[in-house]
Amino acid sequence: MPKRSDIHSIMVIGSGPIVIGQACEFDYSGVQACKALKSLGYRVVLVNSNPATIMTDPQFAHATYIEPLTAPICEMIIAQERPDALLPTVGGQTALNLAVQLQEQGVLERYGVELIGANLTSIQLAEDRQLFKDTMHEIGLRCPESRVVNSVAGALAFAEEIGYPILIRPSYTMGGAGGGVAYDEAELRVVAANGIQQSPIGEALVDRSLLGWKEYELELMRDAKGNFVVVCTIENLDPMGVHTGDSITIAPAQTLTDKEVQRLRNMSRQIFDRLGITTGGANVQFAIDPVAGDVVVIEMNPRVSRSSALASKATGFPIAKIAALLAVGFTLDEIPNDITQQTPASFEPSLDYIVVKIPRWDFRKFAGADPVLGPQMKAVGEVMAIGRTFPESLQKAVRALDIGMDGFISDSSAQTSPEALNVPTAQRLFLVAAALAGGASIDDIVAETHFDPWFVQQMRELLAVHSAIAGAGRRLQDIGAAEMQRIKQFGFSDATLARLLCTNEAAVRQHRSALGVSANFYRVDTCAAEFEAHTPYLYSTYEMEDESAPTDAQKVMILGGGPNRIGQGIEFDYCCVHACFALKEMGYETIMVNCNPETVSTDYDTADRLYFEPLTAEDVMNIVDREQPAGVLVQFGGQTPLNIAADLERMGAPIWGTSVQTIDLAEDRQRCHALMQQLNIAQPAGTTIRSRVEATAAAAQIGYPVLVRPSYVLGGQGMAIVFDEAQLLAWLDKHVAWQGSNVLIDQFLDDAYEVDVDALCDGEQVTIGGIMQHIEQAGVHSGDSACVLPPYKISYFHLDIIREYTRRIGLALGVRGLFNIQFAVKDDQVYVLEVNPRASRTVPFISKATGQPLARYAAQIACGDTLSGLGFTQEPPVAGFFVKEAVFPFQKFPGVDTRLGPEMRSTGEVMGHAATFSHAFVKAQSAAGTPLPESGAVFISVNDFDKAVVTRLARELARLDFDLLATDGTASWLRRAGVAVARVKKLSQGSPHILDAMRAGEIDLIINTPLGGEAHEDGVTIRSQAYALGIPIVTTMSAAAATVQGIKQLREKPLDVRSLQAHYATVN
Amino acid sequence: MTDNNAALALEDGRVFPGLGFGVEGCATGEIVFNTSMTGYQEILTDPSYYGQIVTMTVPHVGNTGINREDPESRRVWVSGFVLRSLSPLVSNWRNRGDLATYLREHGIIGITGIATRALVRHIRERGVMRAALAHGPLASKPAALAEIARKSPAMAGANLVDAVTASAAYNWTQGSDAQWIEARAEPADGPLVVAYDFGIKRNILRMFADRGLRVTVVPARTPPAEIARMQPAGLFLSNGPGDPAAVDYAIHNVRALLGALPIFGICLGHQILALALGGATEKMRFGHRGGNQPVKNLASGAVEIAAHNHGFAVSAGGDLGGGEVTHINLNDNTVAGLRHRRLRAFSVQYHPEASPGPHDSFYLFDEFVDAVTVKA
Repeated sequence: MPKRSDIHSIMVIGSGPIVIGQACEFDYSGVQACKALKSLGYRVVLVNSNPATIMTDPQFAHATYIEPLTAPICEMIIAQERPDALLPTVGGQTALNLAVQLQEQGVLERYGVELIGANLTSIQLAEDRQLFKDTMHEIGLRCPESRVVNSVAGALAFAEEIGYPILIRPSYTMGGAGGGVAYDEAELRVVAANGIQQSPIGEALVDRSLLGWKEYELELMRDAKGNFVVVCTIENLDPMGVHTGDSITIAPAQTLTDKEVQRLRNMSRQIFDRLGITTGGANVQFAIDPVAGDVVVIEMNPRVSRSSALASKATGFPIAKIAALLAVGFTLDEIPNDITQQTPASFEPSLDYIVVKIPRWDFRKFAGADPVLGPQMKAVGEVMAIGRTFPESLQKAVRALDIGMDGFISDSSAQTSPEALNVPTAQRLFLVAAALAGGASIDDIVAETHFDPWFVQQMRELLAVHSAIAGAGRRLQDIGAAEMQRIKQFGFSDATLARLLCTNEAAVRQHRSALGVSANFYRVDTCAAEFEAHTPYLYSTYEMEDESAPTDAQKVMILGGGPNRIGQGIEFDYCCVHACFALKEMGYETIMVNCNPETVSTDYDTADRLYFEPLTAEDVMNIVDREQPAGVLVQFGGQTPLNIAADLERMGAPIWGTSVQTIDLAEDRQRCHALMQQLNIAQPAGTTIRSRVEATAAAAQIGYPVLVRPSYVLGGQGMAIVFDEAQLLAWLDKHVAWQGSNVLIDQFLDDAYEVDVDALCDGEQVTIGGIMQHIEQAGVHSGDSACVLPPYKISYFHLDIIREYTRRIGLALGVRGLFNIQFAVKDDQVYVLEVNPRASRTVPFISKATGQPLARYAAQIACGDTLSGLGFTQEPPVAGFFVKEAVFPFQKFPGVDTRLGPEMRSTGEVMGHAATFSHAFVKAQSAAGTPLPESGAVFISVNDFDKAVVTRLARELARLDFDLLATDGTASWLRRAGVAVARVKKLSQGSPHILDAMRAGEIDLIINTPLGGEAHEDGVTIRSQAYALGIPIVTTMSAAAATVQGIKQLREKPLDVRSLQAHYATVN
Repeated sequence: MTDNNAALALEDGRVFPGLGFGVEGCATGEIVFNTSMTGYQEILTDPSYYGQIVTMTVPHVGNTGINREDPESRRVWVSGFVLRSLSPLVSNWRNRGDLATYLREHGIIGITGIATRALVRHIRERGVMRAALAHGPLASKPAALAEIARKSPAMAGANLVDAVTASAAYNWTQGSDAQWIEARAEPADGPLVVAYDFGIKRNILRMFADRGLRVTVVPARTPPAEIARMQPAGLFLSNGPGDPAAVDYAIHNVRALLGALPIFGICLGHQILALALGGATEKMRFGHRGGNQPVKNLASGAVEIAAHNHGFAVSAGGDLGGGEVTHINLNDNTVAGLRHRRLRAFSVQYHPEASPGPHDSFYLFDEFVDAVTVKA
């Protein structure tokens, strides 16, 4: 059937901010869907609250709404745009849930909007745990023994019947949020209460735990004619009990016979039929008993998912794009396979390579978080690697992680006991390597990890090759061509070889090249070479023949950002993709290198050529050698490509844009400091110390509070503000092992305003892209602070100084492209805190707000254009206000202190825009998932410094008819100031205390500023619980002021919505 | 360090060194590739591969070992087995042995460590060709090995059916195992079907048994008169190896039976039916071998993902004596199925019995059951 002509306009819902369990894979799927629908001539209306996405760029839709993903806001957009249809399946669980709400509230019916790509019944059958289980039972399929409960008592009763361990999975949550395993009654009480609490419908499924069973996932597609294909089978290395998002996974499945695969395929098809999934992509997860082969169905997601992004990248079959085409009436056989061009999409990809995905975790950012992996996802990103064999692919994936490991087996693989492998953690894979090195048998490892022995055997093969390399005093020269070829086929990096043979990477590379052992590139072709691949989507291997077929075109290579992690996420992919589009338009052939399967940059039709490879100097250089690009761009992918820039240049790669020397100048603290002095620009006083004595002396000289951090870290890791000597010493004890460690101590600019500037420099001229003021005061990491564009509280006088400094620094550094500077304004003095000679996290936000494509300009400058040539010589004006708010993963890490500090912990961001600051702020809060209350009760507990300010806010809130509650200290203070406030007990004062009130739903807003530097026990619990319960909480006075102002304005005037396109039209 | 002790030489002189397993010696055959990611045991034992050296495109093979249930016939039929990476360890709950031992027991040569993707691309670009596989001393003499390949018989014009067909007629009663295929409690006293064994796979027979048909399998050269004496309700033409045009007696026999009873053919049986109807067949460049091929049913418009294993095809646009094309392969529009309404005969080029491969096409067996069931 051709495309439907009875619908003309389609609304697409995005997935909102990046959170654990829902990351930039939905930007990838959203972009694919929007592109596909737009190319068919449909009018596309997009709503997504996340400004860092590529999909929210105005070119991907006709009307782009960066607005909160709430039913009332969506209704306003629907009323304004009147779409004919709504596609809810490419925006993750968020979009699906929102679509269900819109349908249930009658909005879709009221405005005549048809749900396409999914229907309410099938969503409900798939998402409601009990309904799903009953339905499976009806068609003769087994689910784990389970019961749906809506109380802790119910969970306990079921556990009595079937025994422990017990698995708890809340209904309608994503990424397994709120799930957990309980081994006894005490644990079950905690886990069940949390699970029920987190389910939007207060319901959870209690399962018999299938710990140790093998886990598989099938990625599937179906069209309206009933044509059905398995795009990919995925096998989890980690057995049942670890969330798929936290599992190391392998595609295709390796340990199933054909009969077993076809059984899963048939079951999946039965499930599709029964659930009434008529078109689109979905996945089904199965568990298989490794001993008897029994199969149980775990769950089905009736939408495009994280694993479908992985499956798309793993196979070359673009699931989201095809799902969009199927939703508007096409059938699979009407859609061509982009890669072979001559065959249709109605087929099942055949893989002649192995794909390994490894999640990337950031536990170090969350002191106190439970590092054990379980049914609730904790990973913040992932890498994928492609190799011809599992060992090769595994090694590539490990080095792609960018965690300082050059392969599966490291030197520091300390002796470990097999029992230590029993607990699933981020380190388990490497503990297995260590255990094997220590002589553990395959059976030992299998008994503890429940990994399939097949994989463990493959790992042991790696170890055998590894030991042979390092055996008996061998030197590099002892390795001949055949052995070298074999070593490289097992995925060993030059870095590993250098380490084992006591030489350096350059020597290994040279020797290897003399032996004639170099990487070849194979194509991901969906068909195991049966048909010719026309799309250059490539991976490296050390097998004969090269399929890359480089062209003679003038080409530029763009290095991506690698796995998402806190501090380096989707924003950088946005910049890479923009650079790529810009270069394409300039007539260059574009080459993308990245290893993150969730991204738009690794879509095979983003760049002209895609290399799915780790971002190490060796791997990138292999591509440079093959392609001979005219230039390599390192400044768009965040810190990862920047870190290898010097190595690449040394090996002869032509780095374009900001030079390696400039990068070094900006990143070397001493050199940068000297430059600032030379430019007559103030920086906070600071010094590097090497001992406790030096530390206390330096801190005393600078004056408390001071900012301390180990000198070797990036991204604010371990950074803290200390208020006195005792805190300083405590911090040193905790974070520094003194042998040779350096610690940086800086003056902390208490009570300062912080400002972020993104600007462009072409070497001759500087143009500022935007100046953003942080809403939280100094001390909160710029990535975690809400910020506003344009600044709302900085004088013109200071802004002009900031502009002038930016210009001076850009020119002095000789930046060619984007750079970012953080400033602080305190007591009439402007200080420079940090200079980054690269694209920053805020580039997409500014671009959305101003309509100016900064990343594109940067790419053009890197290729030799000038700002005047681009016509971008004036700081763009901003109409209205744009507020960026950070989104945090604290719900996934119960018990972790949620107070904001100098170490970044947010995973994503949202944007609110409106004509007034207050409305923009209100929208941003709502988009971040904690809409501000218009009435109710506010709990106030602030430190002594903030009491003066809070009085004014409390008075304001009282005038707005809010009830105020406070604990002793704050309550007495407010009463003395004449504000009516009810007293509530602290935790230590016994029930009913503040936590009880929060749990009972009696608190609608919390204003809580931590006491001094050290976290107060009560404060930690209150803040952590506020996140768990979804109660809006502000932890700084400036945010509190913005909040009160926002509430006030919300009551005076309702919100309205406006698309970016409409906004730009009014401005210009 | 492992030294190569085996080699695969193609008739055009290209040689791929590797590591031998299974038995030592030298074997020749047509080099073909299969893109199924699972089901190597079924492939090894499929008689249609007789005379062929099979390369698997999936890199790791042998992972799930060897079990009792998956063979498609009594023995291994491939001339040689070519792999990228033979699994050193098997892991599956049904496993009863490993692949290398299995090939050794069946006297077959295997080779691993082969650059299979380069080999497949070579075949794709130049077409299938003769090859020789050596495990042992001959492996170090590539020129001699290539010469052996060139001297081996060609597939075109080869009648290989006589080598694989049953020596005597037998009855088949066993159905599918319910754990793999939904149980159908049909009584096994339905109409009698006679199956010409040109190299039949067990799963075809199980499909019949599942549907209550009584099945008698007969040798390929069984005369039509003998079949008529058995008074079957239907005739089945099985899959098998070699060039259909070379099996002239089968074409002749089928022509004699056309119209007398409903006929259903699979793969070689389909080609023989087409030839019996007056159509033509042709050798393909490298054929279709895999479990992921899209077949369009022209009547319903639906697409089946089907298992394929053929190197010859019914020529498109040929005269089928009033028959019509019912299915096409969407990858290259080759004829994938045909039907002659008046003569009550239909056939498909692909493998509805799967094994290995998806089960989308089981309905064809139901259609055959309908055709042979006398309607009151």
